[in-house]
Amino acid sequence: MSAALKQKKVGLTGNSAVAYAMMQIDPDVVPAYPITPSTTIIEEFSSYHADGKVTGELITVESEHSAMSASVGAAAAGARVMTATSAQGLALMWEVLYIASGMRLPIIMPIVNRALSAPINIHCDHSDSMGARDSGWIQLYAETVQEAYDNTIMAVRIAEESDVLLPIMSCQDGFITSHAIECLELIEDKDVKDFVGEYVPKDTLLDVDNPVTMGAMALPEFYMEFKRDQSNAMTRAKDAVSKISAEFAETFGREYGLFESYKLDDADVAIVVLSSAAGTTKVAIDKLRAEGKKVGLLRPRLYRPWPHAEIAEALKNVKVVCVLDRADSMNDFGGPLFGDVRSALFDLDTAPKVFGRIFGLGGRDYKVVDAEGVIGELYKVLETGKIEQLNRYITI
Amino acid sequence: MEKYTEVRWHGRAQQGIVTAAKILGETALAAGKYVQAFPEFGPERMGAPVRSYNRLSDEPIRVHCSVTSPNVVIIVDITLIAVLEADKALPSTTSGTDGDAVFMVNTNHSAERLRGELGVADSVKVFTLDASQISLDTIGRQMPNTPMLGALAKATGLVELDGLIENFKASYSKKYDEKVIAGNIEAMKRGFAELKGE
Amino acid sequence: MTKNNTMPHGGTIKSGTAHDYSTGGWRKLRPILDRDKCIDCLICWVMCPDSAILTEDGKLTGFDMEHCKGCGVCAAECPDKIKAISMAVEEDL
Repeated sequence: MSAALKQKKVGLTGNSAVAYAMMQIDPDVVPAYPITPSTTIIEEFSSYHADGKVTGELITVESEHSAMSASVGAAAAGARVMTATSAQGLALMWEVLYIASGMRLPIIMPIVNRALSAPINIHCDHSDSMGARDSGWIQLYAETVQEAYDNTIMAVRIAEESDVLLPIMSCQDGFITSHAIECLELIEDKDVKDFVGEYVPKDTLLDVDNPVTMGAMALPEFYMEFKRDQSNAMTRAKDAVSKISAEFAETFGREYGLFESYKLDDADVAIVVLSSAAGTTKVAIDKLRAEGKKVGLLRPRLYRPWPHAEIAEALKNVKVVCVLDRADSMNDFGGPLFGDVRSALFDLDTAPKVFGRIFGLGGRDYKVVDAEGVIGELYKVLETGKIEQLNRYITI
Repeated sequence: MEKYTEVRWHGRAQQGIVTAAKILGETALAAGKYVQAFPEFGPERMGAPVRSYNRLSDEPIRVHCSVTSPNVVIIVDITLIAVLEADKALPSTTSGTDGDAVFMVNTNHSAERLRGELGVADSVKVFTLDASQISLDTIGRQMPNTPMLGALAKATGLVELDGLIENFKASYSKKYDEKVIAGNIEAMKRGFAELKGE
Repeated sequence: MTKNNTMPHGGTIKSGTAHDYSTGGWRKLRPILDRDKCIDCLICWVMCPDSAILTEDGKLTGFDMEHCKGCGVCAAECPDKIKAISMAVEEDL
């Protein structure tokens, strides 16, 4: 690896880091309607805008539905577009999310994960972005403030990759990382600009010499072909994530993959979990490794598209897996991550036993001791060969 | 397990404990430590009991849960000791602490008296500082967070007084006028000098 | 555009493709022009939803039967004192 470019070590909250990345990216258009806990991303970005540190347009709209609609309009006009949201805001964007992905507009949206109402709650869980997992948006999940910052920068390239051209959500945990000051390294402005490059849109509504129609109708004879093309682009997004993450590592020295494996090579049992809870889990793993327990962790970073084959390969020698979901699918069959992991492992000759646990909803704390409890359950299944309860709530 | 020092700040909304945790974190970061600084958000009502936290370490910090076994507890409003003792939903000021803990309380009472009010073991260190009076003298209003930061440098050595002053100047010189900056720096210095206890 | 090939990216379509799509077969009524009455005010040209009014040098010359759906807007909009366009039933012609 070549020497990484010079970077500045600072302490920032997750939201400040993402706002800083947005300032460095300087998108053409940012339509925004702030909502807790993503508010300070837009608040700080608007300060950069007011201070003349960015050149793009900031459009303050009257709802998240309008924010996403304006994003679609601006992206169709050929702009590089970013916005940010959480929870109810993402829910209100719903119908337009599908329009953005169906029209293949590479909009970049930092998501600060927060529980959906009711009951009203402003704290972290993944019910918001998990609900949008089938909307045709690429989804990345960050463990730390550093990763939230890095993912925001990489997201631009992934979305705009010429054989992908899909919108992307770059998720981090509400309050847990969004409002926590952590150490991170900031890349120089110029190096960020060099890395993301200029966005050259495939089509633009503002090109009067080559007029086009966007968002036209496609009835039964064509609709499905459009969806197949979109689906294929989502398949290719996986390789784009690998390629751009490798280029990022080469340039800036921090390595990211489709997922992170932690002490998985010789593991008998493993936990699969997204985002900040993975860090807490690693501490518990170290503690139990010291007691001779062979525990590992797999933290998906890319959730959409779902790197099912790679994940199956990584978990094939593990005997028991517990999937921790910070969202419930309310289907009597566990959370969304549970379903995806279990399905990915189905075709293995000797598939691990897999059970699911729902944790941390609405910001409920997930502590090292909770991770230790899960590892205890994993070992019980390893020893008895029996899963007593396929799915249930923990941290309750 | 990871090795880190955990700090829990108890205050009321608007008493500046989120800012205090931020300044402590940034100062330790500038001195080469790995840090976390985060608030426990609740309803934003002036006067409501709030907490903020720090983790400081020589190694990268991976945990992302709240601080439940603090090494250092800083209480910037003494009335919270009784309020939190009676509140079943919130942790008390002594919750999760062990015999090696350090307590720092904003009060004009003696450390000995505070030890009794907190009901902590003899091995626990208890320090007191009249941070409210210092802030009235130096800043002109009740803002006990900066004197407590100065006192923290003295009591724990987690950060240097000079580091705190440097961070405060760098972070707030644009936001506040010179008088406010000078007042807060004086408050930190007096906090460092006037801390009492054992 | 055929089903076996990939679709235009994101459903973005070049302009003017509606011209290639025949809607004339939808027609039950056909506009008939009385050239002697027509004053070439071209209100019909403005109002026609299918751009099916043909003109040359500012004069109405006829109708584009590939695209005219027979809606009758042209006949209805032709000024009351003129009424140069009438609608005839296709099957009677």
